[in-house]
Formats: sequence, structure tokens, C-alpha cells
Amino acid sequence: MPTDAAAATLGRTMTADAPARARRPSAPPGSPEAAGPWGDWIFERTTLFFALLVLGSLAGILVALSIAAAPALETFGVGFFFTNVWNPVKGIFGGLAPIYGTLVTSAIALLIGVPVSFGIAIFLTEMCPVVLKRPLGTAVELLAAIPSIIYGIWGLFIFAPLFGDYVQPFLTQTLGRVPLIGELFQGAPNGIGIFTAGFILSVMVIPFIASVMRDVFEVVPPVLKESAYGLGATTWEVVWNVVLPYTKVGVIGGIMLGLGRALGETMAVTFVIGNAYRISPALFSPGNSIASALANEFNEAADPVHRASLISLGLVLFVLTFVVLACSRLLIAQLARGEGRST
Amino acid sequence: MRKHLLQGFLAAATVAFGLSTASAVDITGAGATFPFPIYAKWAEAYKAKTGVGMNYQSIGSGGGIAQIKAKTVDFGASDMPLKPDDLQTAGLMQFPAIIGGIVPIVNVEGVAPGALRLTGPLLADIYLGKIKSWNDKAIADLNPGLKLPAELITVVRRSDGSGTTFNFTDYLSKVSAEWKDKVGSSTAVSWPEGVGGKGNEGVAAYVQRIKGAIGYVEYAYAKKNNMSHALVQNRDGQYPKPDGASFQAAAAYADWKSSPGFYQIITNSPGATSWPIAATSFIILQVKQDKPQNALEVMKFYDWSWKNGQKMAEELDYVPLPAPLIGLIEDAWKGQVKDGGGKAIWN
Repeated sequence: MPTDAAAATLGRTMTADAPARARRPSAPPGSPEAAGPWGDWIFERTTLFFALLVLGSLAGILVALSIAAAPALETFGVGFFFTNVWNPVKGIFGGLAPIYGTLVTSAIALLIGVPVSFGIAIFLTEMCPVVLKRPLGTAVELLAAIPSIIYGIWGLFIFAPLFGDYVQPFLTQTLGRVPLIGELFQGAPNGIGIFTAGFILSVMVIPFIASVMRDVFEVVPPVLKESAYGLGATTWEVVWNVVLPYTKVGVIGGIMLGLGRALGETMAVTFVIGNAYRISPALFSPGNSIASALANEFNEAADPVHRASLISLGLVLFVLTFVVLACSRLLIAQLARGEGRST
Repeated sequence: MRKHLLQGFLAAATVAFGLSTASAVDITGAGATFPFPIYAKWAEAYKAKTGVGMNYQSIGSGGGIAQIKAKTVDFGASDMPLKPDDLQTAGLMQFPAIIGGIVPIVNVEGVAPGALRLTGPLLADIYLGKIKSWNDKAIADLNPGLKLPAELITVVRRSDGSGTTFNFTDYLSKVSAEWKDKVGSSTAVSWPEGVGGKGNEGVAAYVQRIKGAIGYVEYAYAKKNNMSHALVQNRDGQYPKPDGASFQAAAAYADWKSSPGFYQIITNSPGATSWPIAATSFIILQVKQDKPQNALEVMKFYDWSWKNGQKMAEELDYVPLPAPLIGLIEDAWKGQVKDGGGKAIWN
């Protein structure tokens, strides 16, 4: 899973950045070596090799995907990314529907997941009674350890029926009548569709985002917070004006980690998204995502163009994740440049 | 595990002491998921009997075809038969190995299993999204005794590529010109309507969950889960019950003799007792064998299984091949599969 791995690396480097930077200057330069002059060299080369291995496999995956995707892209051109047909019988493919589904479900996941994670992290670091701190924190982390297929089964058998029978009709009756956004809350009330997939994803990304946020909130020096409290700031003001500005890099890292998981999630989405190649503004209607399309069709895709089209979708997912990570890096760089001016 | 070990030990002992006439070459196969349970069961029984192991990987029909073309396995398995021309160019031969059936399942209040009657064109219209409600006149006219609710029909189908979908869409193409024209048949098609569930279990779960849903699954699956199935009118205008007898009837009425390469899809078969959506799963072999010993073992394995494995098949709700068809297949082996020197392997 290149997506998860890359996102995990990003999350980790960002959370580890601050202490690492602090440690570096304190290391004594040119201290005596027991392993002799070659020890250093060998050690450096070995670690360099391992580091390059990551870069090499990343490039390798990109090249392999591009080669395998070529037949489809040659046949359909750039139009592959902008047309919505998926007809294995006639051999015509366009990947817009799964690309759209991937983006929309991930957006829903973040829209629900980020505020909830933020709340969890603030409660755990600022307001939680000490007795509860440990069990609650562990529970959040355990949520991350649940295999995704369990989320899928839970979504299909427990969440979708309840949602379809009670919540969905209510939303269609109320929000569905509001002009402009009403379109979003339409669809057959069976609990299957884009929104359900997004919701399940949000539950899956919450533990990742929440635990990263909690960890970075905890490294805020108490003296900063206490000074703010001393000046008469409320908890909210402290969090918004002191904690968040101090930890924004880590917070963004956590969100990107969550986004990485949401973009590439397969099994849980396949169960509840409905798997229809359709683009509809209605969030309750069935759709498809890239990962789900791959999981469903790869086994039986005997036709070379069909197979190449699926691999092209994989390439899109790869590039998408890459762009998301690059954007977050840029954002962080931007924030770092602005440091000290606004706060 | 212990049982397997014991069997393995016994098998090894038989070979070591020269009690077995066959030398123990293990054979490998890969392909369709639909027949996997029965192939696995046959393999276990065959190994206990002869000491020859059969290792089958259910990676999907597409994968099975690719692997036998690349000669990485001794046989490939596919739910979708290859066209005679394709067999010729790739130097392959195929034969049917097991029969099953596909049934429509419904979730309509007050409709008992087997009570709802449908025709092929009606089923096609439902899947095309032209008939949207259960109390539609076309359905009501066919089922005068049934009280059908004014409920929306939710169409459920497979989201993954599958032989089940191939046979189902093949049937719809045969009975509805509009379906053939707009959608066609394949292991995955461009569905005009509905939601997709992964695997038989995914379709079954959706149908059980969504009120007013209709789906299609393998018969064995519907039976095990006690799902409410619908009857479908066959070519002779009858409504046979879906069971082993009606699936086998469909296979028996199919004209195997005059279909080169056994290219025969047994949906919409003639015969008053034939189930209209029956299906066969195929085995694919290389015609020119680099490893004649392995090819011979594959043939021996299926020959033994067809003749001794009927009960095992029935227990798993598969249908064994009718006897005349077995004769035809063995003639084809004799005529087509040759070793390096051009000598027939099976005789």
C-alpha cells in the first residue's frame, strides 16, 4: 500500500520533526569511534541504501503502473479521466465515476472526521480527568487496529439498515427540501451509497487523526498554556490561539495521514458504496471508488484493455495521493514561512 | 489438519511401498471460483485414493485463462467458455466439468419461496429499469393469485466480475433483444440499473436487507441461506423448480455433439423440465503437451471424479455431468490432446 506507507511516513516525520531538530545540535561533532574509520562509512552506506530502497520502489511502482496502463491511455487518451462510461462488453472505459467517488467519499470522511478528532484530542489533552485519560486514549488507538473488513461488515449489516430506515428518510424530508443543497440528500432509502461510504471512512480515519493530534497537543510547553490561562483566557481561547498555532504542522500531518487512508481504503468501501459507475449529486445514491473498482473487477478482467483501464485507475490513485502529499508539504512550508508574523 | 497429515502420510506410504500404479505427480490448476468447493472436495478424495494431489487456486476465470496460456498450470478453469476460434489460435481445448444453476432471489413481503413467477423478457425489463414497481401490470398478470405490494423494485447485481454474471447476462441477451443490444453479456457488464454486491454473499446480503429487492445468485448459495427464489419460465413455457434435476436436464438437452470445442452455454435450453438459467464450468488444457504425464493425471482426475464423485457434488448442490457427455469429452481428449510426438495421451 504505497498510499498508507507514504502518508504514515509523512505523519511520522512531521510529529518527530520538532524533537529531532532540537536534538541535532547537541550531538558532539567528531567524537572518537570504536569501530575504526570504516565503521562510519559502512554504516552510512548501509542506511543510505535502505533509504534509497524506498525511493527506488516508489519509482519502480510508478514505472510499472505507467507501462501496464499504457494500452488504455493510448486507446482512450486523456478522455479516459474525463468520461463516464464503463462498458466491459464493448471495451469502452472512462474512469470519471470512480475518480469522483474516491474524492467525494474522502471529502465526506474528512468533513466528519476532522472536527470529531479535534474534539477528542482537545478533551483528552485539556479537559479529561486523569483517571479517564489512559483508557480513553487506548480506546481511540484500538479503533485504528480494527481490520477494515470488519468496518465494512459493520457498515453493511448494522449501520446501513439503521441509517436507511431512520436517518435517511429524515434527512431527505428536512435538508432535502432546502433549495441548492437539497439535491445532495436524495436517493433510494436503502442505506447504500456514497454518503454511507464516506461516513464509514470517517470512523476509520478518526483514530489516526485523533491520536496524532493528541500527541502533538501534548508537546505544547505547559508554560505557554499556563501564561495564557493566567491572562484569563478560556480553554477554547487557549486551544485556538496557543495550542493550534503551535502544533499546526503536526495537525496537518495527522489530517493528511487520515486522508491517505481514506483515499486508498478498499474493503470497507466496497461493502457499502453500491458499486455503480454513476455520477450523481445525490449523496445517497450508489457510486464507486477507484480502490473498490479494482478490488471488484481485477480478478476477472481477462480483456487486456479492461485490465489496462483498471491499472490506469490505480495510476490515478497513486498520482492523487502523491499530489495530496505534495500539497500538504507546500502548505506546511508556507505556514513555516509565515511563522512569527501573525502569532 | 491432523487428518490431512495422516492422509498425506498414508499417501506417501502407498507410493513408497509401490502399492500404487501411478507415480505421484501432483497436478496444478487455477481459475474460476464457482467450482472451487467441489474441485477441492474431489481432490481430497482423489488424493486419499491414488496419492496424486491436485492443487487448485481459485483466482478467477480471467486469471485461469491467462495462466493456462502461459503454461504455468496443468489446467485452467473458466465459467465463460472460450470461442472455438480462440481455442484454435491459442492451441487449447476445453471441456465442461460441472453444472450449476443460477436463481433470481427476491425480497417482497408476502411472497413465499418459489411463489413468484417471472418470464425471461420480464426479468430483462426489470434489470433494464423499465419495470419499476412490484405491482406493475406485467408482473401481476403472470401472478394472478399473488398480492403484490406497490413497492419500488431495487435491482441488485454482482459488482465483481464473475461467471455467474456471465451466464445470467447471457440468458437475458438470449431472451431480450433490447438487453442484447444495450448491455450484452460478459463477466462484468455496464449495468443500466441498481446496486452491486461483491460475490454471492454480497448480493444475498443486499437483497435480504433492501425491501423490494431482486438479485441473482448461484442456486447452492440460495438454498443454503434459505432465500426466497422466483421461478422463471423456460423455453417450452414451463416453470420447473430449480434443482439438480432441472439443471441436469438443461445440460442434457444442450446440443454438445455439434458444438466444436464444447462451446455451449446452457442457458435458455430447450426441454420442458430444463431450468432456464443453468450454467457449466469449463476446464482448459493445452493440446500439445510438454508434460504428458501431468495432462494424463488431469484427465484421470476428472474421469475418476465424474464417475465416483457424484454424491460429493450433490452434497454441495452441484450437478454431475450426464453420462453421454462424459463419453463425448473423453473422445475429444483422445482426438485432441497430444504429447510431443503427436501421440494421443488418453486412450
